[in-house]
Amino acid sequence: MLRYIGRRLLIAIPTLFLVVTAAFFMMRAAPGSPFDMDRKLSPAIERNIRERYGMNKPLPEQYLDYVGGVLKGDLGPSLKYQDKTVLQILKENYPVSLKLGLSAIVIAALVGISLGVIAALRQNRAADHTVMTLAILGVCIPTFVTAPLLVLALASKLGWLPTAGWNNGALPNLVLPVTVLALPQIAIISRLTRAGMIEVLRSNYVRTARAKGLSEGRIVVRHALRAALLPLVSYLGPACAGLLTGSLVVERIFNLPGLGKFFVISALQRDYTVVMGMVILYAGLILTLNLAADLLYAVLDPRVRLG
Amino acid sequence: MMGSVLAPGSRRGVEAMEGAAVRGRSLWDDARRRLFRHRAAVAGMIALSVLVLAAVFGPGLIPFSYDEINKADTWVGPLQHGHLLGADALGRDLLARLLTGLRVSLAIGLVATLVSLLIGVAWGAVAGYVGGRLDEVMMRMVDVLYSLPFIFFVILLMVAFGSNILLIFVAIGAVEWLTMSRIVRGQTLALKQKEFVEAARAAGLGRGAIIARHIVPNLLGPVVVYVTLTIPAVILAESFLSFLGLGVQPPMASLGTLIAGGAQDMELAPWLLVFPSLTMVVTLMSFNFIGDGLRDAIDPKDR
Repeated sequence: MLRYIGRRLLIAIPTLFLVVTAAFFMMRAAPGSPFDMDRKLSPAIERNIRERYGMNKPLPEQYLDYVGGVLKGDLGPSLKYQDKTVLQILKENYPVSLKLGLSAIVIAALVGISLGVIAALRQNRAADHTVMTLAILGVCIPTFVTAPLLVLALASKLGWLPTAGWNNGALPNLVLPVTVLALPQIAIISRLTRAGMIEVLRSNYVRTARAKGLSEGRIVVRHALRAALLPLVSYLGPACAGLLTGSLVVERIFNLPGLGKFFVISALQRDYTVVMGMVILYAGLILTLNLAADLLYAVLDPRVRLG
Repeated sequence: MMGSVLAPGSRRGVEAMEGAAVRGRSLWDDARRRLFRHRAAVAGMIALSVLVLAAVFGPGLIPFSYDEINKADTWVGPLQHGHLLGADALGRDLLARLLTGLRVSLAIGLVATLVSLLIGVAWGAVAGYVGGRLDEVMMRMVDVLYSLPFIFFVILLMVAFGSNILLIFVAIGAVEWLTMSRIVRGQTLALKQKEFVEAARAAGLGRGAIIARHIVPNLLGPVVVYVTLTIPAVILAESFLSFLGLGVQPPMASLGTLIAGGAQDMELAPWLLVFPSLTMVVTLMSFNFIGDGLRDAIDPKDR
């Protein structure tokens, strides 16, 4: 186990390094600079600014400086937001994204698993077909379609919910963004749960449990569900990536002060350091979650041997 | 189309070589039969045919062009002033823009999928057939790429080099080949144990020729299934970029830009959001239905 973790970390660290390198040079290859303003700066001022951020040095040297800083936990200052470091910006804005993402994944898991179990227990009957049709719809309708349509119906026309804004994370402001983020995940999770459940319900140990005279509810909850949910664990990594992508759209549509909204704006403004900081944060998050999912899988399923 | 594959290494050929009793129907005939019995897949094929025809011929058939500005028709609703689906803030006909957008989205879906197909099949077939160290290295690279937040790189790419259509093809195609290469490698591992490959090797054929002439043609089944599932994923990715303002640039339209524009004006002109959204959903669903149907028809596991 420890050896496995060690080996995975040995792969994860160069991967992260690769991400940092690729993102750094990609950003720098972009035309334009963070100091392009509406009003042209005088050459002397621009030279001063460049010098202050170490951007007068040759690119490879800047790269080494940056990586050196990252290794010491310093992500540098923002080039656009005066007097703020990248770490401060990340710290200020991640709670919004975190709250959105966590709520969405918890709701998606609860709803998705319940729907999946119901569909599996009523296989090929009306309830099953309904759930699976909804699941297909959920996969096929992208967030940038559901979000404006729901806003149009529930917020603009009916006025039940606010159209946009964060309002310190008040519940009415959370409902729509979280729903939009959760819908595609609900669809995928219910499909995975149904498939796993159907397979497990056919297995020998469930038949044994039935023969023993256990109640159906007990069989489902205590015996079948545990094994049926295993495929879900390995879906954790991709799910997180999907949430990140979704939050780019959702935070923009609902005008929420999260990280997702920052990413595109910063990239367009050539705020090199902020973009790099977010790439590192997201890549690290996804790598960590993938590793966690694999470890959890091994712990839950004794048949899996990590080698 | 599929029934015409009769190369010596094809499934039908293998079956004949194994000397099994001659059957009236080949595996591909069976697959086609199953596909046409799959109701959702048939519905998907019909819907998709309509959409493709509309995208190819539609823009030429209507009296407006996608970038024609009519100041008098600003915000005109559906069925007014000769605009079947209404017009937008600049008085441009929505139907014309929708058909053009559909054409662009379908074209991007097709071309980017071809890019991913070429990379994925070549990568997977070589890794699977050559095996050993090379296989290990190549698939480890795929693993590493898998764990990256790719959408960020696509965004960076679009920001860095400006959004032109060619780059969209390359960027999305380069992201979508990973799964394809895994599927192809798995199939290749199984195929290379087969007698016809051994026969080709005994006949003195080189590795490259065996991969190109005997392995790749036999990968058709699973690859076709995955292609039908990749196209909607690509259309989705492009629309996502366009929605963020990084994809197709105005006055050109894609389904993504139309939805993004419609979302901005939805309170004033809901039709600008509703019709593009519907088109998008129907397109994605038809592809997914066809893909599911093909998988059920071709994949012997679920029979």
